[in-house]
Amino acid sequence: MPTTRAGIAAIALACLAWPGAAYTQSDSLGVGRKMLAEDNPGELWVERGKRVFAEPRGPKRASLEQCDFGLGPGKLEGAYAALPRYFSDTDKVQDLESRLVTCMVNLQGFKSEDLAKTAMGNLDQMSDMEALAAYIASRSNGMKMNVRLSHQKEYDLYKAGEYIFFRRNGPTDFACVTCHGDNGKRIRLQDLPNMMDPKQMQETVSTWPAYLGTQSNLRTMQWRLKICYWQMRLPDLPYLSDLSIAITSYLNYQGNGAVIQVPGVKR
Amino acid sequence: MAEPMKIRATLQGDVADVRILMMHPMETGQRKDAKREVVPLHFIQSVVVTHNGKTVLDTQWSQAVSRNPFLGLRIKGAKAGDKIGVTWIDNKGDKRTDEATVAPAS
Repeated sequence: MPTTRAGIAAIALACLAWPGAAYTQSDSLGVGRKMLAEDNPGELWVERGKRVFAEPRGPKRASLEQCDFGLGPGKLEGAYAALPRYFSDTDKVQDLESRLVTCMVNLQGFKSEDLAKTAMGNLDQMSDMEALAAYIASRSNGMKMNVRLSHQKEYDLYKAGEYIFFRRNGPTDFACVTCHGDNGKRIRLQDLPNMMDPKQMQETVSTWPAYLGTQSNLRTMQWRLKICYWQMRLPDLPYLSDLSIAITSYLNYQGNGAVIQVPGVKR
Repeated sequence: MAEPMKIRATLQGDVADVRILMMHPMETGQRKDAKREVVPLHFIQSVVVTHNGKTVLDTQWSQAVSRNPFLGLRIKGAKAGDKIGVTWIDNKGDKRTDEATVAPAS
């Protein structure tokens, strides 16, 4: 895959430019990651999501084929590239998963509390939400991230996300930017993307949802943010909270122009 | 409720490079669930790969193989359009068969 190769090349270049970071990204890790990317188990989630999407489910025995992700009912191609966006029917800015929940509640008759409980799968139970998110996001593969801030609420949420990204808080006085504001930062052996660098930011937003080897599962940005909050020792970030959508808005807008290539594959 | 496999077969010279992704929990019998109860063994026991109906690989697996396993093999003497069949059976008797055709070298 050319994009993966470009990604590895970019990391190698970053190491050259920053001698301090040379030890954080050994070649063997890069080779392993490339092999994983070629046969990404995340594809299995995409396949499953495709089936779940078309299947009549829930109390109303309806499929999700009438779900509107911003481009019209059932139109998935390119929909993810413009999310989060404002939806007039809910009068809210929604990311992929909150929009999915809206559809699953309205069309299929699920309860949003139940959905939130099972949204993140574990070793005992796989999540439909993660499979659906992977499938829908993958329909925008090869397209460029193109989040608009044309509605006032979109702009407000973006600004809120920007504020949160730089705002230090909690017992450790961490902000997102504490770990994601410089090259060569890492947690143990895991390199952290520097989100002040547009290129690294693009690589990040274009590869979520991603298959995580350590999780044996496909994960979405909602999961990533929740874990970031846990790692910062902040109170639990509730699933689909305004806070999480604000940050997603900020990240995706900053990553505009990134060529979407999901599912990604990560540690 | 076996999930479909993802099989990719591409020709490289006269060798077919076959890559198979399977979705399976592959429980080791060691893990405990949220209720602190041991999750029983559940793993793929046998994998058979066929090339135009002829068995080219017949394996017995154990619980040591990872969750959502990946299997790669190379089949000599393959041609574009050949059929590659894969069947796995797990220790609970659940099974899954999928087929793919060998794609010409790109």
